[in-house]
This record gives sequence, structure tokens and C-alpha cells, in this order.
Amino acid sequence: MTDPSYKLRILGLRKTYGPVVALAGADVDMHEGEFLTLLGPSGSGKTTMLMLIAGLIQPEHGEVWIDGRLSTYMPPHKRDLGMVFQNYALFPHMTVYENIAFPLRMRKVSEAAIRDEVRRVLDVVQLAGIEARHPRQLSGGQQQRIALARCMVYRPPIILMDEPLGALDKKLREQLQLEIRRLHRDQGITVLYVTHDQEEALVMSDRICLMDKGEIVQLDTPDGLYFRPESVFAADFLGESNLLDATVRRIEAEVVHLEGPGGVPIEAPARDGLSEGMAVKFMIRPESVRLLEGTESADNTLEAALQDVILVGQVTKHYALLAGGTEVSATSLTHHRLPRFTQGDPVRFGFDRQSTVVLPVSGPTPAA
Amino acid sequence: MNSTPKASSRAGSGARGRVDWRSLGPLAPVVVFLGILFVFPVAQLLWLSLFNDQGAFTSVHYERLFDSAVYVKVLGITFRIAAWTTLLCVVAGYPVAYLLATARVHTRNMLILWVLMPFWTSFLVRTFAWMVLLGRRGAINEWLQALGITDAPVKLIYNFAGVMIGMVHALMPLAIVTMLAVMRNIDQNLSLAASSLGARGGQSFWRVYFPLSLPGVASSALLVFIVAIGFFITPALLGSGREIMIAQVIIEQMEELLNWSFSGAVAVLLLGTTLVVFFVYDRLFGLSTMSATGGIVDEAERRPGLISRFGAYVGGRLITLMGWICDRFSDAVEMLRAPRPERPRATLSRKVLWATGMLVLAYLVAPSFFVIPMSFSEAAFIKWPPEGFTLQNYEMFLGDPIYVGAMIRSFVVALTSAGLAMLLGVPAAFVMARRPMRGKGVVFACILAPVIIPHIIIAVALFYAFAQVGLVGTTIGLVLGHTVISVPFVVVTIMAVLKNYDTRLDQAAWSLGASKLRTLRHVTFPLILPGLIAAFLFAFVISLDELTIALFVSGGQTPTLPKQMWVDAIFKLNPMVTAVSTVVLVFVTSLILVAEFARRRSEKVMG
Repeated sequence: MTDPSYKLRILGLRKTYGPVVALAGADVDMHEGEFLTLLGPSGSGKTTMLMLIAGLIQPEHGEVWIDGRLSTYMPPHKRDLGMVFQNYALFPHMTVYENIAFPLRMRKVSEAAIRDEVRRVLDVVQLAGIEARHPRQLSGGQQQRIALARCMVYRPPIILMDEPLGALDKKLREQLQLEIRRLHRDQGITVLYVTHDQEEALVMSDRICLMDKGEIVQLDTPDGLYFRPESVFAADFLGESNLLDATVRRIEAEVVHLEGPGGVPIEAPARDGLSEGMAVKFMIRPESVRLLEGTESADNTLEAALQDVILVGQVTKHYALLAGGTEVSATSLTHHRLPRFTQGDPVRFGFDRQSTVVLPVSGPTPAA
Repeated sequence: MNSTPKASSRAGSGARGRVDWRSLGPLAPVVVFLGILFVFPVAQLLWLSLFNDQGAFTSVHYERLFDSAVYVKVLGITFRIAAWTTLLCVVAGYPVAYLLATARVHTRNMLILWVLMPFWTSFLVRTFAWMVLLGRRGAINEWLQALGITDAPVKLIYNFAGVMIGMVHALMPLAIVTMLAVMRNIDQNLSLAASSLGARGGQSFWRVYFPLSLPGVASSALLVFIVAIGFFITPALLGSGREIMIAQVIIEQMEELLNWSFSGAVAVLLLGTTLVVFFVYDRLFGLSTMSATGGIVDEAERRPGLISRFGAYVGGRLITLMGWICDRFSDAVEMLRAPRPERPRATLSRKVLWATGMLVLAYLVAPSFFVIPMSFSEAAFIKWPPEGFTLQNYEMFLGDPIYVGAMIRSFVVALTSAGLAMLLGVPAAFVMARRPMRGKGVVFACILAPVIIPHIIIAVALFYAFAQVGLVGTTIGLVLGHTVISVPFVVVTIMAVLKNYDTRLDQAAWSLGASKLRTLRHVTFPLILPGLIAAFLFAFVISLDELTIALFVSGGQTPTLPKQMWVDAIFKLNPMVTAVSTVVLVFVTSLILVAEFARRRSEKVMG
């Protein structure tokens, strides 16, 4: 339990507000130097989890271990964590210098040492020379970096970040994403990051903890979450996906045979928890679907009527309707030799067995 | 959502220098109105006190003022009472404002009514309540004796303490409301950030929250002080005769000695005092902190005056000291009961805050309700506990032609003046909220001026002005006088409503083919209707409760209800007054509840 290789460990952490379950018993482990992102729609419990870890709210159940110490009900000022807030929470009545010095003063560091540390950390975030300014006089990006500097200055074991880039425009956001990644790698800091932006999570994280309605849906690497989602929610939330209804027909050691829409046979890698006759969904990423030409074949094929072709710069998207009326999309790299279609043309979509993911249907569904 | 209308209005000011005067037209009525009925009379007052009948300069009134030690002494007493009132209001009001600012929305909305009710309930009724509570045969004395704590009645009123209890009670809601306005704009994340950065509760409060709330503390102290130096009801009714304030001198000179120009000179002295207070405040804190309720004045933009630099130094030391004391205190607490990681922390400080806040709120709200049972008492004089049950006080009240006449007059005046205030204030609020214009701050200050200088000055000034045109003792005079002080409230309320109004809705209506007039009728007004209702009711209540202006302007023939109550209270406190107070209390409280709910509805409608 006090395994020092875990920087952060939370066990069965639960928080309710009256009848509302904000977090329903979460378990997460974090290694030193890891960048873990809590990802989910608003109200999924990600900020609640962050506040519980920071000690800004108190849980009903569960434990929080920080740096090998039990800290569940420790007051926040004793946890030694760093936290970057969504709106930065820079103290408006203090200068940049005083803001960054604040945590050191609270730790009774000598003024001389504070001066050196503030200078060091301002160098790290590349904002030396603005010590005397007030937060209001800084741009959004600068405020963000000062907030980060204020956190890093006392070298906390973990830095918590609550949607720190949410208030910035897209371009600046992307630039700062890379910068935080660089700081993370160069300074070896452990970061627990919260965002609702899936792209941001994919860009920055070592692992992503996907959350929904107060529960952890899946905790995995970006790669695993993208290619091997374990639920319809995960498949749908991250990236674009084609989600189609099917019924399990036959289960073999490696392969599961499904009956797809309109009775089309579909093959997918086997997975646990399936039984014959079960109603499921299967998912294929649009970029794994290709347009079949002539007599070309694939592991799985779907016949459809073309609806629309959209050129989105580097990629071109083809949308088509299956006989049952379900829409399927295929994304391919834009190429001048892509076949030309008009609306209503019959097309065949093909995709590999390996890129087909069978997903259990959550909740009751009408029998297929 | 909020920034868009602002941005568009700023874009509109792109054509700088060229002011479209026609677009400012709706501002004209209120400017003319206040010019004639506020600026001119006050200027005339100043003139009269400095020049004699022949128009020659004379300092005779001022010489008399300072010749006699009496008036200098009264001025000293006035300052002493006002200063103590201010200190107590701010110190006791701060925890309540803090509690309200940091409570959950639902809790805040409920608790704030407890502050708003006394805020709007008449000073007079509340002062009567204290007489009922603290008198020789009042509730407190009866209880003290029943519990055996004292043998004989303790003198709780008709002394300095009584004046303090009454004045603090009268003015604390104003202090709380003003501080709350600033505190609500302090980002609660800042306190969280401080604690995540290693600050304890005490340190985080003193180093982060408290400095940010200081503009609120300063402006509420200013407002309370200014209102307090113009006070007369409480010291007259709860004081011993030693606690004479300057406003009482004005009234005495005016009513009993009929020395008009001397009372004018005293009023000018009060006005001068007020201006000095504003000046000192500006030196210390900058008047901009007043209008920037909540907006933290940018340190860089602040004039670093000598006093304020000294103040900042002392303040900084003080804050460090307070933080240190709190830290040592927490150390001591933690020695007794160290925070343990495996058990929930007790939220002791929050509990203390709640207890303090509730105590103060009880002090604010409870006294008024003592009047209600008293009004049904059979006793021939006011004493606690009430005896039996009778409606005779009400029968007396409703059978008294003077009171009934006064009540009807009060109603008519309140309705008319509220209507007039709306006619003048609503168009002005539209211009102030929406049109870019230079010197907006000056115009806004002028519109606000009638509420931030002591009402007695306006009352005396209006008395002179009205005397020249025969408006003293007329209903019209009363209506005009009350409108002067209620128009600022209407403008401020409507401006607040319009600030949340998304002007794109109007633009959408125009683009859909509605004319400006139809847009106003079918889109704008329906959306701000709750706000309009609230503004009207506030104006109505202000007039209904108003005593100072009524005292001077109504003359002997046309008393309003508050004036009649005051006249009776000065001579002898009659049990009937408890019935009148109850009626006023219940009526005004219900109006305020309606107004407050209307205001909240408007906030909700606008999102």
C-alpha cells in the first residue's frame, strides 16, 4: 500500500452531494513522472476527484495516498500538492513575484532563497523580467505560465491541473499543450490533468482515465483507449466512430462471428463476456474503413448507398447509408485519384477483422 | 455571454469625439429634474448661508456656529457617534457579509432576505422596536429580572449605549449589502488556491481574501459614516439628551426657533463635513473603489499618495501580523487535536462563523417582531409582556382621522413619486447602461449624489426652495422631494438589470422586422418586467418610509404617516404606535419580498 513507486494512489474514493453521486468509488494509481489525464464530459466527476485529491473537499469513503503517505483527510496546506486552476487563480492584489513567492513564504523559506527560486522558475517558464507586474497586466498565456510557475516553485510531488487551458484560444492552447508536455518531460514532474477536450488528452497524456457520471469508464494509454475501447461510451467519446448493432452468432478461440445489420456476417477478435445470441455493438474507426474497388475483398464488408463526399483538407470523408438506414463513414487520405461518385451510387466498405471492436451494449436494448 | 454586449458598446464608441446628442435625449429629464430639485436648492442653501438679504457677503452664521462651544461640541459628538457606529457596523457586518458571500447560492438567497428586510424597514419602526425591547418595562429588563440577574430595571436606553444599539441596528444592513457586493466578486478559487499552495485557513484569509475585500470595507464604512452623521431619529428617541447630533440642531433651529438661515448654515456645515469625508476617503482609498464595487482597482493605476503608501505599509505589516497570530493559534489547536489523515476534519472555523453570523442576523431581524405582539396588548402603556388580546390599538389607529389621512397621503405620495421616479429613471438607465458617452462617471455620480449625501441637507434645501414657490405643505412638494431620493435607486436597479440583458435579442428582433418601438414593447420590456417591478416597489417603499424630507416639506398641515408617528413619538409613546408600526412593518416587508423575488426572477430569466 505504501509502495513508493506510486506517487498517488486512491482507493474506493466516494463523494456525494445529497442524492447526487459526484464520484462513485474510484481507484487510480499514478507512477512517478507520469502524466495522467482525467477525461470526461462535464459532471463526470473529474473535477470532484481532483478536489478530493487536493483536499479542498472531503470524501465520504475511500483513501488517498500521496507520495506514500495516507492523506485522505489531511488539510490541503499539508499535502504539498501543486494545483493549477482553470482561471489560474492568480492573486490579483499581488505582483507576479509575490504570487510565486506566496507558497515559499507559507513554507517559511528565507527571502534570499525565495528570490533565487522565483528567478529560477521564471526562467523555466521563459517569462523572466515581469516580476513587478500584476496578473491583470498579463496575457492569458502569460497568466497560465505564471500559475504553472507558482506551482512548480516549491517542487510538489504532484501537480494537479484543472482544465488549465480551457480559457485560451485554440492556437495558444495547442502551443501551451506542447509547452506543458515539455516541462513535464524536462522537469520530471508528475501531472494529474483534467480536461473535457479529448484531443488535448490524447496529445498530452501517458495514460487517460475516462470518466462518466461519477465512474471511471476506462483507464488506459491513449493508444489503448482509442483502438481498444471497452464500452460504447469510450468508443463514442474518443474520436469518430462507426457504431453498428449486431448479434453474436458463433464464438471461436480467436474470432467472434457476428451478424451485422441486414444479416451481413462480421468477424472480430474474440473478447471476454460474450455469449451466443447476445445483442452487441461493433465499432470501426472511419479511418479503418476503406472504399472497395471492383472485386477487391476484405475481412468484413458492408454495402451501402453513397450520401456525401466531403473534402476536409488532408482527408476525405465518405458518408453512406446501409439498407437499414444506418450511416457509416469512411475517412481516407485525400488523393486526386480517389474514385468519383454521385449521390445514391452503391459502394462497398471494407475493414479488417483486427480493427473491428465488439462492445457490450450497456443498458436494456430492444431485442434484435 | 456577458462580454458581448459590452464589446459591442465599445465598438460603438469607435466614432470618438462625436457624441450623438439625440441618443442621450432620454437622459435629459432626469438631469433637468435633479438640476432643479437637487443641485439648485443645495447651491441656494450654500448661498443663503453666506450672503444676507441684500446679497452682501456675511459670515455671521458661521461665526455664531463656531463662537458658541455648543455647536462645536455637537459636531464632536456627531463625529464620535458616527465613528463608533461605523466601526461596529463594519466589524459586526463583515462576518455576515463573508458568510453570505461564501455560502451556497441557495443558502445565500435565503439569508440575504434577513439583511434586506431590515435594510428596507423604516428606521422609525425599528427604533420603536428597540424602545419596546430596551425600555424600563421592556422585554430585556423583564427577562433579566425574571432570571434574577438584576433586581431593578437596568438603564439600557436613553444613553450612549442605546444610541449605539439603535444606530448600528439601523445602518448595519447598509454595511453588509455594500461589503457583499464586493465580496461576491472575489473568486472563491483564490482561497482554494492559497490553501493548495500551503496557506492555512487564517493565512489564506488575511493574505488573500481580506485585502481583496478591503474596497468593500472602505466603501461601506464611508456610506455608513455619511448616513450616520446626518442621523437624528435614533439619537432623538434612544439618546439621553447628551447625544445630540448635528441634524437635531438643524431640526430644532428650523422647527422650534424658526431660524431658517442659521439652520441652513448648520446644514452647509454638515454638507462641508460630508465633502471633507469624501475627500479624505479619496486620498486614502480612491473614490473609484466606490463605483468599482468588486473590480479590484489596478494597483498600477492607483495614485500612490503618501498617505496611501503609508497605509499600504502599515496594512501589509498588519496583515502579516494577523496571519502570524492565526498561524500560532492553529498551531495551538493542532497540538490539542492534530489533523489525522484517516478521519474527517472538523470545520470548526466555519461553525464559529455561522454562529457569529446567525447572532448578528438575529440582532438585525428579531427586534422588529417584538412590536407585533405588543400591538395586541391591552395595557395602557408600552410594557412587556403584552397583556391579554385586543384590537383596540388598531381600532384607535383606524378611527383617528389624522392617522387615516396621513396613511392615505403617504400612499398617494408613494405611488405618484414611484411612478415619477420610473418615468425619469428608466430612460436614463437605458442611456447609462447602453450608450457610450464621455463623462458618464460624472453623470452617474450626480444621479447618485442624492443618496450619498445626508438627506437632511436635501430636506433643508428643498424647504427653502419650496417656500419660495409655495410648495411647502403640498402633496406635490412631497412627491417631488421623494422622487429626488428614489430616482437614484430606480436608475441603479434598472442599470443592473440591463447589464445582464443580451442586446443581441433586440438586434434579433430588429432583423426579424420589428420596429424599435415594437421591439421595446414585445421583447425588451417583457424581459425586464420583473426588474421594473422591483425598481418601482423599491421607490414606493423609500417614499412610504421617508421621514426626513417629509418632516420639512410637509409642513404642519399635510403629515405623512412616518411624520405623524415621529411627532407622536417625540411627545409621548402611545401604544397605538405599535399598531401603526405593525401595519407598516407587515406591509413593507411583503412589498420587499415581492420586489426581491421579482428581481431574482429577472436574473433567472436573463440567465
